[in-house]
Amino acid sequence: MRLLTHNMLACNIKGVTNGYPLRLEAEKWVEKEVDFNADFLRGVFPKIDWPALVGAARALGFHDLLPVDAPDPSVLASDDELLRRFHRALLQLHVEEGGLVCPETSRRFPINKGIPNMLLHEDEV
Amino acid sequence: MQPRFCMEVGCGSGYVITSLATMLRHESSAVQYFATDINPHAVETTSATLEAHGLQAEIICTDIASGIGKRLSGMMDVIVVNPPYVPTPEEEVGYKGITSSWAGGENGRKVIDRILPAVHELLSEKGWFYIVTLTANNPSQICLVMREMGYASRIVVQRSTEEESLHVIKFWRENTANVKDDKSLGSWISQIPLLSFWRSSRFSS
Repeated sequence: MRLLTHNMLACNIKGVTNGYPLRLEAEKWVEKEVDFNADFLRGVFPKIDWPALVGAARALGFHDLLPVDAPDPSVLASDDELLRRFHRALLQLHVEEGGLVCPETSRRFPINKGIPNMLLHEDEV
Repeated sequence: MQPRFCMEVGCGSGYVITSLATMLRHESSAVQYFATDINPHAVETTSATLEAHGLQAEIICTDIASGIGKRLSGMMDVIVVNPPYVPTPEEEVGYKGITSSWAGGENGRKVIDRILPAVHELLSEKGWFYIVTLTANNPSQICLVMREMGYASRIVVQRSTEEESLHVIKFWRENTANVKDDKSLGSWISQIPLLSFWRSSRFSS
């Protein structure tokens, strides 16, 4: 599971209103090279919740990879270094084992073999 | 169309998403794939299938798009679905294990009818949605349901096997004139053997 996916996942338990972002617990993670594509990154940037991405990167130990405040899209157009950091955080870091914890209920969704399990128990649907 | 995000709902063995990613590998390096399945064994198999082909997708074990649909809303340029379409007793629908890969309840529509609104949420303005259906699913009625949500449709593949008559239907938002632009994907989709090899073996076993 890449941080892109973490950025898109929310707690799906019925009645939960503050289920985003899920707190990332990373017990094991790996980095895999991905082709850098500036157009894709600039296109996806408006869809990304920046604080959630910063938090997820920190959960993996990357405290200084990304600026705390979301950059202006115009900065992203000119700052190649920042774009590459965004690329690394969003697409290259894979959480293999760990969990995703709902901020409202503390329900933990496990991540095994790189796959988050969002299946609910009967009383959560 | 230059797809940016593609998704398969109910990825099962991973055959379809792997085929899609294989085809689009030559089109662009910047396509991101998402695949979901309710079966924990299926998502692991999908992961292995992709890896064996040197491909990568974001795989999530979930019911259709639960937990991911809202934030991915309007982002998917291509969605492919080979749903559990076999008419079965209602209680078999979503049953644990391999049964969930085919059990479709009355007319085989139980899961399909839940997938359609999820697709409507996920599909981008210019997005294309492909779904496999059985004649028993009443595909023309599926097209009507989608039409009410604003989609045009076209049957892109029709194929009969010994025990099934299958269609692949393509949907797109009616306000977008992107039908004629689908040559590459259309030709690819016609090459899908509709997974008849394992369906056949399942029925004979």
